[in-house]
Amino acid sequence: MTTLLSLQNVSKRFGGLQALLNVSFDLPQGQILGLIGPNGAGKTTLFNVINGVYAPESGHIIFHNKDVTGRRPYQLAKMGMARTHQIVRPLNELSVRENVMVGACFGHENQDLGNAAKISDEVMEFVGLTVRADQLAGSLNVAQKKRLEMARALAAHPYLLLLDEVLAGLNHSEIDNMIQTVLKIREQGITIIVIEHVMKAVMNVCDRIIVLDYGELIAEGNPEAIANDPKVIEAYLGDPRLAKQMLEEA
Amino acid sequence: MKIWHRYSGIVLPILVIAVLTIWPAITGKASNRESSFTILKAVALASSLNILLGYTGYVSFGHIVFYGFGGYVGLFLLTDQGWSLWTAILAGGLASAVLAFLLGTAILRLRGAYFALATIGINEAMKAFVNNFDLFGGPTGITLNFSVYKPYGGAAQALQTSFYIAAGLALLAILLSHIVRTSKFGLGLLAIRENEDAAEVMGVVAPNAKTWAYVFSAIVPGMIGVLFFFKNGNVEPHDAFPLHASIELLVMVMLGGQGTVLGPILGAFAYQGMRGYLVTSDFFKDIQLSVSGALLLMIVLFIPAGAIGWLRQRIPTLRRVLA
Repeated sequence: MTTLLSLQNVSKRFGGLQALLNVSFDLPQGQILGLIGPNGAGKTTLFNVINGVYAPESGHIIFHNKDVTGRRPYQLAKMGMARTHQIVRPLNELSVRENVMVGACFGHENQDLGNAAKISDEVMEFVGLTVRADQLAGSLNVAQKKRLEMARALAAHPYLLLLDEVLAGLNHSEIDNMIQTVLKIREQGITIIVIEHVMKAVMNVCDRIIVLDYGELIAEGNPEAIANDPKVIEAYLGDPRLAKQMLEEA
Repeated sequence: MKIWHRYSGIVLPILVIAVLTIWPAITGKASNRESSFTILKAVALASSLNILLGYTGYVSFGHIVFYGFGGYVGLFLLTDQGWSLWTAILAGGLASAVLAFLLGTAILRLRGAYFALATIGINEAMKAFVNNFDLFGGPTGITLNFSVYKPYGGAAQALQTSFYIAAGLALLAILLSHIVRTSKFGLGLLAIRENEDAAEVMGVVAPNAKTWAYVFSAIVPGMIGVLFFFKNGNVEPHDAFPLHASIELLVMVMLGGQGTVLGPILGAFAYQGMRGYLVTSDFFKDIQLSVSGALLLMIVLFIPAGAIGWLRQRIPTLRRVLA
């Protein structure tokens, strides 16, 4: 299997806070990689470094066999990277369709407006936003805005999709819907990294999981191995009993 | 049907320009022609500013700098170099575009209030520079020799010709505005307006898009500047870079509805109409600008989307026509 994304000793510091320290991992094409860790462990920062919002102080990011360290988000988008935001960022005064068209128009396929409209119709159908197509994005509820984030990212037809807590704030049935959607995305051959706190989802969806704690990678492996790793249980959950309970729920 | 959808938004604006152009000819009064000229000029300037303010979401308090700078370049070429009016107008537009490109590259990395402050600084800096620039006549500016009007059939005929050129430039400004609004480039600008960081993540090359929006918003003001000061007969630093005119343009765009093609046209029309009444009224003539300031405050407080934006929100079926 070819490697789509590779991080080599990536470090990022904000003033006195070491947000990421020597993070390295390889992501093969077609895999769903789970990224977990306690609050403030540096998960979203890692996403921001991967997609160019922040440049790392040291280390290298290799995407599609090219060193993309320090490239801007729009350059990486053009190379086939797309992401959703933990705190949704809808283009409020534009319609849902126009929001999705932005993803198709300016992503790596660089579609014209006509094709972008067709793609956005398909993608809205896929994530279940078709009935909202002509509504302003600002008028959607949280669950719909999360779907919109996803639709915009998918409309670019990316190689790599970064999903930042798409399940947070959703209720049980919405979570089940979203998990089905993520699995369907994988069937299209898109490689995915997910940040998620909902253990049920992480365990069911991910092929492999990496765990961050205080900016360092402390464990890596398949879901069962991670769930039973005492280091993870201690760092991530603090309380082994709680861990057991969460696993049973999953 | 598809074609109608694509062009429906431009029908009303073109009608407004057509009426403004024909009205003086029908009534045959020179005073009507001059009122109409003022409105057409305001339409051209406000529609241009709208590309930056309405579509891209960047507030410029110094947009008049392109009008003044274009005017100076044009008049310099008319007098010292003996260029024709047509080429001088083109050169004025081009000069403003180049200026916008250079400025945009430098200051469009600023956002929000910082950008707005920088644009005021640029206007004042340009005024001070021209005041001390001998090639442009320093503080006395450039005065046209009466013989300049000869090739255009004398001064009276030149006024008539200028009027039709103003109509043409207003038309150019709204066509440019409409083309930008309905293009992929325009969609990128709207994305920047709504959330610049999210737009960049989706692949909108924001630095380039913003710079080009600035350039497109500067071309017609540069051309209008040449035309106005040609008609005026002279240009001085004080007339070329009036800060209050920039703010009046903001009022026009906000009043009519930023981010729509029709809004700035309506705003320019309404504002010039109001201004015409205020400056001739005994009570308001000295506090005319205070009224504009109060108006701007009211718009921002109560109808931030402007008249057209307000109508679009209330009556969704009108959205296609009131693009």
